[in-house]
Amino acid sequence: MRTTLLALMAGLCLALPGFAQDSAPQPATTEVTQPALTGLAAVLAAHADQIAKPSRQTIGPVITAIGAAGPGAPAFLEAWADKRVGQRKDGAFFLIEKTTDGYALTDPMTGGPSGTALKADITELKPNSGVRGLIASALVEFQLMDPDPAKRQAALDSLARDGGAEHLGPLRAAIEGETDPMIRAQKERLERLLTIRFGATSEKRVAAINSFGADLSLDLRGALNPILVTTRTAFASAPSGNIAAELRAPRQISEDEAYALLVAQGLAPARLTRAALRGALEAHIENGRVGGFNVADLDTPAARDAAYTALEQAGTVPAAATDDEVTAAVAAHRYADIYTEPDTAVTDAARAAMKRITLKVDAMQMADLGLDALSLASIYFLAAIGLAITFGVMRVINMAHGEFITMGAYTGYVVQQFISDYTVSILVALPLAFLVTFLAGVAMERLVIRHLYKRPLETLLATFGISIALQQIFKNVFGTQARPLTSPGWLDGAWVLNDVVSISYIRIAIFVLALIFLAVFLFIMNRTRLGLEVRAVTQNPSMAASMGINPDRINMLTFGLGSGIAGIAGVAIGLFAKVTSELGSDYIVQSFMTVVVGGVGNIWGTLAGATLIGSLQKGIEWLNPSNTLAAQTYMILFIIVFIQFRPRGIIALKGRAAGD
Amino acid sequence: MKPGFLAKNPSVLTFLLVLAIFTLAITFLSDAYGSGLVSTSMVKTLGKTLCLCLIAIAMDLIWGYTGILSLGHFAFFGLGGYMVGMWLMFARTRDIVLASAGGALPMTPQELSDAIASQIFGVVGASELPTVWAFAGSLPAQLALVVLVPGLLAFVFGWLAFHSRVTGVYLSILTQAMTLALSLYLFQNDSGLRGNNGLSGLQNIPGIEGAGQDAVSVWFLWASALALALGYMLASFIVSGKFGSVIRGIRDDEARVRFLGYSVESYKLFVFTLTAVIAAIAGALYYPQAGIINPAEMAPIASIYLAVWVAIGGRGRLYGAVVGAAFVSLVSTWFTGGRVPDVNLGFYTVKWVDWWSVLLGLSFVLVTLFAPKGLAGLVDLVQGLRPPRRGGTPLGPDDGSLQEQEAVE
Repeated sequence: MRTTLLALMAGLCLALPGFAQDSAPQPATTEVTQPALTGLAAVLAAHADQIAKPSRQTIGPVITAIGAAGPGAPAFLEAWADKRVGQRKDGAFFLIEKTTDGYALTDPMTGGPSGTALKADITELKPNSGVRGLIASALVEFQLMDPDPAKRQAALDSLARDGGAEHLGPLRAAIEGETDPMIRAQKERLERLLTIRFGATSEKRVAAINSFGADLSLDLRGALNPILVTTRTAFASAPSGNIAAELRAPRQISEDEAYALLVAQGLAPARLTRAALRGALEAHIENGRVGGFNVADLDTPAARDAAYTALEQAGTVPAAATDDEVTAAVAAHRYADIYTEPDTAVTDAARAAMKRITLKVDAMQMADLGLDALSLASIYFLAAIGLAITFGVMRVINMAHGEFITMGAYTGYVVQQFISDYTVSILVALPLAFLVTFLAGVAMERLVIRHLYKRPLETLLATFGISIALQQIFKNVFGTQARPLTSPGWLDGAWVLNDVVSISYIRIAIFVLALIFLAVFLFIMNRTRLGLEVRAVTQNPSMAASMGINPDRINMLTFGLGSGIAGIAGVAIGLFAKVTSELGSDYIVQSFMTVVVGGVGNIWGTLAGATLIGSLQKGIEWLNPSNTLAAQTYMILFIIVFIQFRPRGIIALKGRAAGD
Repeated sequence: MKPGFLAKNPSVLTFLLVLAIFTLAITFLSDAYGSGLVSTSMVKTLGKTLCLCLIAIAMDLIWGYTGILSLGHFAFFGLGGYMVGMWLMFARTRDIVLASAGGALPMTPQELSDAIASQIFGVVGASELPTVWAFAGSLPAQLALVVLVPGLLAFVFGWLAFHSRVTGVYLSILTQAMTLALSLYLFQNDSGLRGNNGLSGLQNIPGIEGAGQDAVSVWFLWASALALALGYMLASFIVSGKFGSVIRGIRDDEARVRFLGYSVESYKLFVFTLTAVIAAIAGALYYPQAGIINPAEMAPIASIYLAVWVAIGGRGRLYGAVVGAAFVSLVSTWFTGGRVPDVNLGFYTVKWVDWWSVLLGLSFVLVTLFAPKGLAGLVDLVQGLRPPRRGGTPLGPDDGSLQEQEAVE
């Protein structure tokens, strides 16, 4: 029953504005009986002179009258503000549009075409900017009550960008009749925001400020910030105005700054700068001497000061403020930050609100930082997990690991050339990248690494040779410019929690992928025959061989597995990074760091290493956001020092498995 | 030096002779002092190559003899270059500023340093001289820093690394990380060394404007040759005595040497620091010939290329390192210079500018696999030295297990 009633009310509300517009201000709504001048036409005719030559002082009531004149009025006002209204010689107003030889006319009442006119017959109306401003704010009222929700929304958005005191009234009036709950909520919120800045009494403004609590959104901070703007001012006596903070001269405000303030306010003479001193001396050179000094000797500040003092005493240059005078002048004044907003109650409330907000924003930023660190850690983990197998389990340094990552990314790019649907192409690219890099890894193990198991340092060099060659081959085949590897549409965008915390879907996907890899790795190592054999060969190859395991085959498969995972990581990394031939080598050092820091031979160690390095890098970036290079530098330094104290990494293998 | 050192090491004498003849020959063929057959830029290239040979000797000492694969020696090379580059740039800018100074009064020291700073650091938007440039005005101070800064860095890094017993590939990765950190640091604009612009105009030596580049290039060739000769003698002196035996022992079995009572860490630290200093001196001679230095030169890849040169030349013998560095860097210059004719395979034209790196990488793999002795192995071939043949496949997967034929015997 109640809902029916509500719906009925809502329907009434919806109908009311239109009805009101049609009927309210005009006594003559009986169009049938008086066909000549009704509604807008009557208003226009009545005020024709003022409309043709509007002045800011007097046009207000006319605009109000037009606004109340019924259908066609908003369109007319809009056109008027846009300078698209013309007056024909007979005094009638039309919306005009330029054609080649004149104007196409539109009837302001009906909106229908009403013929054309020659150029000479039409006077274009060009209201000045003051009048246009009045028209625009009158228009806002209409747009806020427009029957089309999209238009109401657009009007609200523009109001949110640059609302003024004059909009407060129309906005309040527009809240009552609003039916869309979303837009109504927005209107109410905007009304409170505007009240904060332009409210009539300080009680109302304070109430509006407090009504938000610790809201995090940017628009609230945008409304509060102008209230809290301060200017630094010097006072000869006690500071006056709405004081934010008084500054004591030497401690809170430096002497130079204080004196500059005094000079800017005209309370003290300008100081003699070094350049001015030099200029003054140069202007008074006589026969190679200034004030009794040889010019050639004036190459120290002390000598120049002495020469200037001599000139001062001779009276040839004006006396300049000496350091003592400056100190005295600074001490004789008081300094304070003064709020531009005169109302103390409002600034106090705003400051308290800002404090609440800042506290919450800081907490949220921490959460955001945590998310960033987590996502970076998962990227490092992805890049390093292949290495955790080849380096961590087999103790083979594979410097070409980065190139396997690149190879995976390029595989993704090539697949996208053939399959245009991004979702399908990614699904195809992932296993294909695994296959390609698996084969490349197996080939490399068979051809090169197998011969070097006894010489680990030389494995490093040989695989580095392969890395150089592969990188150049990529350059030759794919060129040096970045290739696009486009992620599917459903990975675009970000998961936005509020104005502070957000994380892009692609990073979530990478995080999930990293978790999947961790699970797959653990499953293979701990639950399959292959994993058992790999662990056996790693711990004691000769014993494993005696038990009927073929170490050659196991090494080959392990290496292929590690390389294949690098390929899949390459597809994932390529989705957000630029796919170039250097893609992999950008990650190689960090990947090795991850494995070494985490502890060789243990996947949990790699996870810990990635988490440590990721959060560390984000943490350092947060301390110094402008400089990511410095962040990387300090991170590497930290790792170098870290390894001094835990040479075997966070999670060190113990006992025989540690080997050496 | 003990008397008879050269007599005991005939290869040193041969090397010095070859180097002297080479330097003299180039001098008599140069633009400035001879027939002009060798262009000035070629003289510079050769002079730079000699510097690269010097750092290759350092690399051979640390890797070929001590068994520490350092991937950070090019960082020391670059640091040396930066140290000398700071003086070159500062002194030259000071001359320019003084020459173009307007105004009737002589400049105060503050004005002079401000003017120089705004000249040098205009590109990175700074106008104050950073503290690291405090000694840039003095040549002796900067020359001392060439030795001190890389030496101290190597000492601290080595002390930390060796005392926590970081060895093998871990150490290699750690040195690589150090290089990466250093180059990333220098890439920043506020590192005080002009960020990625680096230092430039180093080929103009202040104070000797009278001499042209053709003469200067020959002087630097001589200086590089002298440094190489001294470095070679020092290195061969080190490796020929008891000290050399100990460091070779460390290379072959570190634990055993430690159990014999030697302080392995101190030996390693000494060699690491010494080679860093040699590398820095090589860099200080290299960059005035190159004319420009920027952080990209110190990227980790440069140090790995250094290992490539030494490996191709032949580890564990000094002339191998020299031959490798000279051969690979000259061939590399030749190939990447675009003067090698393209090979037309019918379906594809091999442009060497593009494919040289591939060739280098693959030949590096082949050398590592099949000729661990490198080019210097050819000398053994000539002298008829061969390693004992242990034919057949191993009977077990472990190190040093009996091989089939040995088992039969």
